[in-house]
Amino acid sequence: MKAEYKRVAYYPGCALEGTGHAYNKSTKEVGKALGLELDEVKNWNCCGAMEVKNIDPKVQTYLSSRVMSIAANEMGAKVVMAPCNGCYHNLKKAEHDLAHDESSRQAVERISKKAGHATYQAGQVETIHALDWIKDGIGEEELKRRVKNSLKGLKVANYYGCMYTRPRHIFPEKDRGPGSESTSKPHFMDDLLAVAGAENVDFPLKTSCCGGAHVLSDSDTSTKLVLNILRAAEAAGAEVIATECPTCHSGLEMHQVRAEKVLGEKTKVRMLYFTQLLGIALGLSPRKLSVHENVSDGLELLKEKRLA
Amino acid sequence: MRPLADIEAEIGSIAGTDEAAAERLLALAEEVLEHWITARGEDPTGEQVEGFRLLALQRRGARGVPSFNACRETCREIAYHYNLLRLEPDCKLDEGRRRMMAMLTKHLALFVSGKMQVEGLGEFCCASRPLRSGTHQ
Repeated sequence: MKAEYKRVAYYPGCALEGTGHAYNKSTKEVGKALGLELDEVKNWNCCGAMEVKNIDPKVQTYLSSRVMSIAANEMGAKVVMAPCNGCYHNLKKAEHDLAHDESSRQAVERISKKAGHATYQAGQVETIHALDWIKDGIGEEELKRRVKNSLKGLKVANYYGCMYTRPRHIFPEKDRGPGSESTSKPHFMDDLLAVAGAENVDFPLKTSCCGGAHVLSDSDTSTKLVLNILRAAEAAGAEVIATECPTCHSGLEMHQVRAEKVLGEKTKVRMLYFTQLLGIALGLSPRKLSVHENVSDGLELLKEKRLA
Repeated sequence: MRPLADIEAEIGSIAGTDEAAAERLLALAEEVLEHWITARGEDPTGEQVEGFRLLALQRRGARGVPSFNACRETCREIAYHYNLLRLEPDCKLDEGRRRMMAMLTKHLALFVSGKMQVEGLGEFCCASRPLRSGTHQ
């Protein structure tokens, strides 16, 4: 357990205020239930996501650094937690750039001065994902002690997507042996849901490409990739795909619908955020966890399994 | 070189749990990667990495194109499932393993055919590079 994870600066990012609202809500509810505190980063901005990154990668580095600068220099935070894989990835990338690339350092310093705030220095904060926050903030033993509504009998495929582990060089804390996360076979979500009683199926496509950023420009490729992921989850025996990223989650949900409409291919597997599943295990109501906001109807399944 | 769609169709037609099915799926996965490497004007390697030509081909395909690492784990899982089918013949789990190996091989085919149409697939996410400028950060 890491004491510094008990209270962290929270960077929800734009997706969690829109399509990923249920992830935002369930993350906060689970934190509350576990006694983990979140201080939302004041006046946060976009991490630079793909739009800015396409035009000027250095500006993306600056935008992510501003979030970390506010957390470090205005809030006195040591840890920033970003539940969205895109935000998490971009903050990690900015951290890496600032630690290794002089031209990035100069660009960030120049823009920060112009914007009138302190320049972020590499190493001022540690950026973590919601999975790290729960796994190391509360610990598996304590989480197990707090489970009131075991997910026993629920078969789950854990889908991490790509940005949680790639490219490897921006995640130096991973692949450090026992206890650390793996970039080739991530397991933190599997670990947490296993503690909550779920039966994790062997799911070899857990970090495979879903077509992500090409969702709008090349929808057919994305639909086919997602359909294969959904089918593989079903073939592995999963009833639910647990997600830990709003973009992955919406991608799986939307392309499940599109696969049925365009390709006539129906799949039954449901998508739930891992925080929604953990919340259910902690005895929180599906309503509180915004399960009803998901496109994929997980409520019916939870009722079937007598979990709701 | 036959079209990727034909390879994809063959992947879906492979049945059985015998060694031949595993060998065929592995060969099809290699053929998929040969497409990508050839399209980039390179020669598909005959070398092996960790005992698999598939892994050597994936490494070759990612040379200068870090976004191609989006299929690295898929290739490693194909090799793993091949090993399972080869080393534990007649296991009651073989049917599921063969089916999963086929789905992994299909995913590789879908990813590579997506890359052939839109080279930027995986650039933004897996390689953390901009989609349009094509420059290193």
